[in-house]
Amino acid sequence: MATRVGLTAAQDAARRGFEEFARTRIAPFADEWDRESALPEEFITEFAERGHLGGAIPTEHGGAGLDETTLGLLCEETGRACSSVRSLITVHGMVSRAVARWGSTGQREHWLPRLARGATIGAFALSEPGAGSDVKALAATARRDGDGFVLTGEKRWTTFGQRADLFLLFARLDDRETAFLVPADSAGLTVRPVESVLGTRASMLGELSLVECRVPGAALLGRPGFGLVAVAADALELGRYTVAWGCVGLLQACLDATLAHAENRETFGARLRDHQLVQRMIADMATAASAARLLCQQAGLLREAGDQQGVHATWMAKYFASTSAFKAAADAVQAHGAQGCAGDHPVQRYLRDAKVMEIIEGATELQQTTIADTAYQARAMAAAGKGAGA
Amino acid sequence: MTDHKPAIRAFLTQFFATDTLGDEDDFFAIGLVNSLFVMQLVLFVENQLGAAVDDEDLERANFASISAIDALVRRKSSVQAAT
Repeated sequence: MATRVGLTAAQDAARRGFEEFARTRIAPFADEWDRESALPEEFITEFAERGHLGGAIPTEHGGAGLDETTLGLLCEETGRACSSVRSLITVHGMVSRAVARWGSTGQREHWLPRLARGATIGAFALSEPGAGSDVKALAATARRDGDGFVLTGEKRWTTFGQRADLFLLFARLDDRETAFLVPADSAGLTVRPVESVLGTRASMLGELSLVECRVPGAALLGRPGFGLVAVAADALELGRYTVAWGCVGLLQACLDATLAHAENRETFGARLRDHQLVQRMIADMATAASAARLLCQQAGLLREAGDQQGVHATWMAKYFASTSAFKAAADAVQAHGAQGCAGDHPVQRYLRDAKVMEIIEGATELQQTTIADTAYQARAMAAAGKGAGA
Repeated sequence: MTDHKPAIRAFLTQFFATDTLGDEDDFFAIGLVNSLFVMQLVLFVENQLGAAVDDEDLERANFASISAIDALVRRKSSVQAAT
């Protein structure tokens, strides 16, 4: 059992509930969903009925209104079982949070109850063929047309793009980055499945083509010019936060699998767990899981308080958790030997999923440069005598 | 009414040198900000200066300079006080 500090009784109870559901209703099926490259509709319905898709939505709009730590625990326990399901929480939550934060009264009243109960599944359509981490290279365009807008462009790597009912989509309006809420059934919008991806294979990636796609004026979310710096940036922060917690779950899953295997497997007349080089792997996994969990909790507490330091705490948590998860997954496969390379073994899925975690919501290298910049910011504040110091 | 300019200037110190930055200087136009700046600025205005930033406040003119942010906070504060 993982060491946990500082959880309230309610948070701990919620975590136990998330863990039980993930252990019984997700983990046994995760490899099958991975092979089939899809989550079953019945599962999405069951997941939504438990309120897990409404975690980021305030209660007054029908959501669960989870505090940041509890939302993180949901992502940890879900990510421990299946990163694709955790990805659903992430992208659906990003759309929900964007509508709750920046939506008009009409947009909130229309979309949030539907998103909260899973009647509408949301997805985040930012990446393009020429714009991944470099979001400023956004090329999709929007033009005014009467009382609405016409969208043109291509979107790539849209998680749950195949399944989503609503896209939070970004395009240039009068050359200003702007956010739009685009229903999947909009005329001129087509979605193609992305197949044979490395990891999170059940996350139903889609490629979107917008050809003279007309949307009403009410599709505009936030103000033109603030699509990236406010709407997308805020949503991506939630994305990074939930991915970081999901990586804690991945770390724990790698540790769980390796502990069980090393306990039972014998080589050279001794259990694997008695080999010191295997003990090194286990020690690193256990330590990284605890450290990543604490970084995530720190980010959650700061986010809950609305503290601006939560932004950088989240980057640090995501950076550490995702890089540690990949290292742990590589070690888990190594400890399992040939068994770990087999297509029906969860650890090979963990390894593929963990690599994806190092790329999404800000690639590792982007995290590193941003965290380094932050260290200089803290130094500048300390020098000015205004901050807590570097 | 509270003068927020010193607090705003202190916040901006994290991101760029403010010694030569005038109250009216447009730091977006000067190119001083990075991609996370606006989000942190909104959090700062909301949590340190106590003014809730709504969708309709998301105009560059409201955030482009020390004076503009100060004016936004004063305007929001007077509305909150009146309600």
